[in-house]
Amino acid sequence: MAEPAVSALDQVTRVASRDHAAAGLLDGQILRRGAISSVVFIYLGAILLGPLAAMGVELAHVGVLDALRSLLAPDALFALRTSLVLTTIAVVVNAVVGTLGAIAVVRQRFLGRALVNALADLPLAISPVMIGLAFILLFGREGWLSALVTATGIKVVFAWTGLLIATLFVTLPFTLREVAYVLEEIGTSEEEAAATLGAGPWQIFFRVTLPNIRFALGYGLLMTLARSLGEFGAVLVLGGSISGQTQTATTFIHAAIEERQTGSAYGMALLLALTSVLLLSSLEWAKRRKKVK
Amino acid sequence: MHIRVEHLCKRFGSFAAVDDVSFDVEDGSLVALLGPSGSGKSTLLRILAGLESADSGNVWFDDEPATDLHARMRGVGFVFQHYALFRHLTVEQNVGFGLSVRGVSKEATAKKVKELLQLTGLAGLEQRFPSQLSGGQRQRVALARALAPEPKLLLLDEPFGAVDAKVREELRQWLRRLHDEVGVTSIFVTHDQEEAFAVSDRVLVVHRGRIEQNGAPMEILDSPATEFVARFVGEVNVFPAVVRAGVAQAGKLEVRVQGEHGPGESHLVIRAYDLKLWREEPGIATVQRVVTFGDRVRVQALVDGAGPIIAQFPRRSSLLKGVEPGCRVQIDVTTARAYPAQASSLYPLPAT
Repeated sequence: MAEPAVSALDQVTRVASRDHAAAGLLDGQILRRGAISSVVFIYLGAILLGPLAAMGVELAHVGVLDALRSLLAPDALFALRTSLVLTTIAVVVNAVVGTLGAIAVVRQRFLGRALVNALADLPLAISPVMIGLAFILLFGREGWLSALVTATGIKVVFAWTGLLIATLFVTLPFTLREVAYVLEEIGTSEEEAAATLGAGPWQIFFRVTLPNIRFALGYGLLMTLARSLGEFGAVLVLGGSISGQTQTATTFIHAAIEERQTGSAYGMALLLALTSVLLLSSLEWAKRRKKVK
Repeated sequence: MHIRVEHLCKRFGSFAAVDDVSFDVEDGSLVALLGPSGSGKSTLLRILAGLESADSGNVWFDDEPATDLHARMRGVGFVFQHYALFRHLTVEQNVGFGLSVRGVSKEATAKKVKELLQLTGLAGLEQRFPSQLSGGQRQRVALARALAPEPKLLLLDEPFGAVDAKVREELRQWLRRLHDEVGVTSIFVTHDQEEAFAVSDRVLVVHRGRIEQNGAPMEILDSPATEFVARFVGEVNVFPAVVRAGVAQAGKLEVRVQGEHGPGESHLVIRAYDLKLWREEPGIATVQRVVTFGDRVRVQALVDGAGPIIAQFPRRSSLLKGVEPGCRVQIDVTTARAYPAQASSLYPLPAT
């Protein structure tokens, strides 16, 4: 569990020592740099290692195996499955929408392009709780679109659909941003070259564009994965954390703590933390590969 | 392939990038589009490739209309200024791309790729990625890639712009040899006059979206059609002058000129290497600077009543004897041309 913190600290050390070696700095500057990096160390240590260590101690108290075993209870399994399904859908949808959206935003010139570009960042800027609330105002009993809910029979508030909408909303920017950035960097000349060499639009996409954005897309999808697994505010407000119906892994932890089921809470938290370690290392790998050569 | 371009126009907003351009390119020739940056020469090339569509006008390939043909269907090879190699593919895969997208068999593709890598001197680099190549090597991969589908027309956009001077000279000679060997009709864009004259059969001088002159390199050098061409090709001196009975007068400088022009104000254009000067009292000019550039010497003098003039000499010229800053010199112009002043008022004269 301490692994993410260690690797982050490690990186700080590496960056700091590389800077020293490269710049050949004066002693005073080195001292100042040393002071800066120790502040960073202490800060990162306190903010990352502290809570993780506290959780580790508590886990040892409860017993790691017992904690994990408590995840086999039906409502825990249900919450896990819900999170997994939501995440899978979010990844698939974002792979398509993010790529197409990025191509549209970077390559097409349409009216309101700047607006779309700005709106794509909206989910990052608004608090997830507010996002949940906004959807309740839209789809709730007195909401603007409540007629639509009645007509289609698809419930949004305190329903699975609501969880999905919330997840898709908060994960929208990740692939779109990453892919758009790389598309901008790469420009269109490779695609033009492919066209003059006789490639059709699909061939151009699959043989030139997609290979060029693959690492950015992968990075964006990993971020999507992390965010949809970890999303709490929006799914809590819009889904209501109804056990066995709209509970996800994160809202399960919340409910378990409220009900003083510390074993289940720590078990689920441990599982999410382990997933995070895995995600973090994949992200590091993808980050190195996605750079435009 | 014979190419005919008729009344081609292309605007970007209010800016006319290509303005009523017409020309022919003979089958098998190597033609340069020469002009300063922003003159519209690259846009012209992109229209020929189908990467840009013309607002009006027509393009004919071997008397077949090609104006509305998609880039993919034109059978035109294009070498991009910054090569635009596929960075995720090896040299071999880059060169074979045009064949594999057309469904050519693996064996035939491999054979053609091998042949082209031999021709371009890239054998041994098959498995490298573009990021592992030098500028000159990338340039040749781009060329091999464009030649692989056996295009009927090869277009090159500033092909030597991104490599250093020495490599550029080698690539130039190599391109000419390659063209003579492959024989594909080729058009390349350049802003470098030396490059245009060294490599091509014909030069089209482009300025402000128009063709200023279309001719063999010698024609353009010896009888520039407009003041722009005269000024763009080589180092020149320009003086406002009055022309009477074939003699232009600028201050104390009197020069017999070629070129037709009506009465009134003219611009007298003299190439830096088309004049002689020697030490003489009283003379008509005062020497200001003498600068040596390797095998050439550049003399800057002030002509009485006309302003500064620049002359170039071979380093060991006997005329230079005694020529030093401050001395008086006599000037004899061997060749000069005069152009009507109003048509050339677009180009500012050097400060006098």
